[in-house]
Amino acid sequence: MFQRLPNASGERVSFTIDGRAAEALSGDSVAAALIANGVSACRTTPVSGAPRAPYCMMGVCFDCLVTIDDVGNQQGCLVRVRPGMRVETQNGKREIER
Amino acid sequence: MSDLKPRYDLAVIGAGPAGLAAATLAAQRGLSTVLLDEQRAPGGQIYRAVTQSPVRNPSVLGSDYWHGADLVGPFRDSGADYAPGTTVWSVARSLDIGLSRDGAARVLPARHIILATGAIERPFPIPGWTLPGVMGAGAAQILLKTSGLVASGNVVLAGTGPLLWLLAWQYLRAGARIDVILDTTPRENWRQAMPHMGAFVRSGYVGKGLKLLLEVRRKVKVIGNVTSLAAEGDGRVQTVVFRQGDGAEQRLPADTLLLHHGVIPNINLANATGCAQNWDEAQRCWVPTVDGWGATSVEGVSIAGDGAGIGGALAAEHRGRLAALDALHRLGVLDRDARDRDAAPHREALDKAQRGREFLDTLYRPAKDFRVPTDETIVCRCEEVTAKQVRDAVKLGVSGPNQTKSFLRCGMGPCQGRLCGPTVVEVIADARGVSPAEVGYYRLRPPVKPITLAELASLPKAEDEIAAVLHH
Amino acid sequence: MSSPTPQPDVIVIGGGLHGCSAALHLSLRGVKVLVLEKDHIGRHASGVNAGGVRQLGRHVAEVPLTVASMALWHGIRDLVDDDCGFESHGQVKVAETEAELATCQARADQLNALGFTHEEVVDQAELRRLVPAIAGHCVGALVSRRDGAAIPYRTTFAFKRRAESLGARFVEGVTVAKIARDGKTWAVETSDGAHHTAPILVNCAGAWADRIAAQLGEPVPLEVIAPMLMITARVPPFIKPVVGATGRTLSFKQFPNGTVLIGGGLLGRAYRDENRTDLDFANVTTNARTVWDLFPVMRSATIVRAWAGIEARMPDDIPVIGPSGTEEGVYHAFGFSAHGFQLGPIVGRITADLITQGRTDLPIEPFRIQRFRRDAVAA
Repeated sequence: MFQRLPNASGERVSFTIDGRAAEALSGDSVAAALIANGVSACRTTPVSGAPRAPYCMMGVCFDCLVTIDDVGNQQGCLVRVRPGMRVETQNGKREIER
Repeated sequence: MSDLKPRYDLAVIGAGPAGLAAATLAAQRGLSTVLLDEQRAPGGQIYRAVTQSPVRNPSVLGSDYWHGADLVGPFRDSGADYAPGTTVWSVARSLDIGLSRDGAARVLPARHIILATGAIERPFPIPGWTLPGVMGAGAAQILLKTSGLVASGNVVLAGTGPLLWLLAWQYLRAGARIDVILDTTPRENWRQAMPHMGAFVRSGYVGKGLKLLLEVRRKVKVIGNVTSLAAEGDGRVQTVVFRQGDGAEQRLPADTLLLHHGVIPNINLANATGCAQNWDEAQRCWVPTVDGWGATSVEGVSIAGDGAGIGGALAAEHRGRLAALDALHRLGVLDRDARDRDAAPHREALDKAQRGREFLDTLYRPAKDFRVPTDETIVCRCEEVTAKQVRDAVKLGVSGPNQTKSFLRCGMGPCQGRLCGPTVVEVIADARGVSPAEVGYYRLRPPVKPITLAELASLPKAEDEIAAVLHH
Repeated sequence: MSSPTPQPDVIVIGGGLHGCSAALHLSLRGVKVLVLEKDHIGRHASGVNAGGVRQLGRHVAEVPLTVASMALWHGIRDLVDDDCGFESHGQVKVAETEAELATCQARADQLNALGFTHEEVVDQAELRRLVPAIAGHCVGALVSRRDGAAIPYRTTFAFKRRAESLGARFVEGVTVAKIARDGKTWAVETSDGAHHTAPILVNCAGAWADRIAAQLGEPVPLEVIAPMLMITARVPPFIKPVVGATGRTLSFKQFPNGTVLIGGGLLGRAYRDENRTDLDFANVTTNARTVWDLFPVMRSATIVRAWAGIEARMPDDIPVIGPSGTEEGVYHAFGFSAHGFQLGPIVGRITADLITQGRTDLPIEPFRIQRFRRDAVAA
């Protein structure tokens, strides 16, 4: 659970998480945007199906893998959220067609 | 990537303090220079988002953070090219750099390369550390710097090291709430650190550090001598379980558990390039072997900053300048005397910045129980391999991390061992009763970060094709 | 310093799959074996190869051996107490043109004439059934249905452990410094200063085997190579057989865990004195393009890792197997030229046959080391 500091500045960005409308600040990474929107797990692991959430926020751990605009296995912490972006949480092994 | 030149005198990888300082100095002295960085804005992790943080009240992140802006301005004016959002997945001995940006890949040749890949948080494997809601204290700090996000609900910080206390201080400044800090600093570390106290007292950190510590301790409950830790919860962390000394198990409600016990060099790229590395007993990690200028065993490749051993942000910028001066020398711009003369003030500043490091290394060295986890603890987050599996493999005669990798898939996932390597080395060394120096580390290969087949297939194939792409 | 344990009957130099297999088969017959390994078991080609268990498309001289080895693979658990991750879903060599398909047919006819029936030509429909993800332009394939794949390091390690359980001894981390003969006894000095003696030596030293052979007075033209492999992140299962191509270099297969291995023998650079390989990204790119063409579904797949293992290639692309041409009590098994994994189980048995019976019932004449003598090459 994270919350935004009341005086945090920045432009609002509208995007979607699993098809639902969501809002972020323009400097947010996708991983930060998910956290800001209360998404507790961004994927399940392909090995055991356990839920995972961003852990390192700096491109190292690969726990924040999500599907962004139909491209899977993206490190959410390295991609900046953009208006209209479609972010989908990722379950298990990613289909390679997308 | 048409904004990049076909080749550069100097390519610097990583836009933290070392990389910014190195690229700035080299470009000012006339080298065609490019700074390649995975992030979208300069600053590295320590000065993350320093040009665009939504946290505009300067007292929240502190003046040490805002110093980062002093590095970015001169860099922007230096004439160096800047490629943010660029992932470097290979540095070859030929000094060809494999990189990807926005889904396209290319090979970029340079005459000299400075790796400024910085540090990562030392993996902190405890039972339940893979649960959502558990993250690195460094990760929480990044969320604060980049997005003005702070943990809410029941917040527990656990571990040891300066960054843990700094984050607590920043959280308090930001008005965020911390339930408790579980301090895992081993008691005996104080005794061992005492001989290094003198240098630390002279370092200039001591006043600032003490003030910060006292302010945090005044406002937050700190439980010291914590000897075991676990996160529990259904689908996400709900409870932190810990022991104080030999005491009974205690439980705390937690919505967020922020873990930290120091930082270690981010060595994957240097390792995959083939740079020799050695075990640093004081910092308890593998570090690339470098000389006083940051030069590695690979001709034409240097390392500046924490990537060559933890020295902190201020030391990193001086190490960056020294590496840049040596690059100027190696590329024939400066003779040896000029290099040494120009380096003198930076060397002096570096010595000053590194004063007191032994004290910090010794005081905040994590306890063995947190480096060598219990059997049920997951060590490899990607492939979900436990410490017990590693120990069982050692019993069968599997003697090193590369063998446990082949045997258990431990370290074979997308993070390529970054989150398990240090732990696997410690577990194997402990099980075999030998030093980690004898156990070795993963042999890494490019790509050091995953790339898509499409990116690979789009690379120019033959030499003439590469030439055509580079020179058109 | 002398060896503290009783003298072995056989010293095997090299702890790759072939060394471990020789040790196992000898141990099964009660022979005391000592294996000397300069790094650790399965460090190079044996531990990091593509794991293909393939009869398909082999040199005609290897066909009797590969068929015999396949029988052992299908009972691998009986041999080593571990299934080695072996799965048999066939191997498929895809033809992209009618001309390539004709090549496949000629190959199948050739083997049929020799009395072997394991390779068959299939049409486009059957290819689609076997490999639904194959690109539309592929017209057919050559197929070997009993082929498959296993996990290389696990396999090599299983051979070692089984041999060990039967009494074989393994010394890792020591290189052979000197080999000398004293009457009927071989004396091997290792880098740790130890001396080991035995009446019989087996040279399974892979990419370093030429150095052993040279010490025995029979130099061989061995090339040190580093075939490259890359592997993807896990994806849902979509292909069972191992797939190669007729007109291009490719080996493509999906592990049960979902990762897809892409290889086929394109080479990186090997530095055997440094135990090091460098990848050649021009060749990796060629490999990626082949997959791009043959498996459109893979175009967005993520490559997680790439690597190369050091191994030996002989000028005629077939191994050296059999007794030394210069010294009694010495046997060779090396130079498998990037396709030795499947042969591992049988070649160890052949070496054991030669040592314990003085003969083997499989035709190994084409693999004799004497073929590289200067006069033999000239003739």
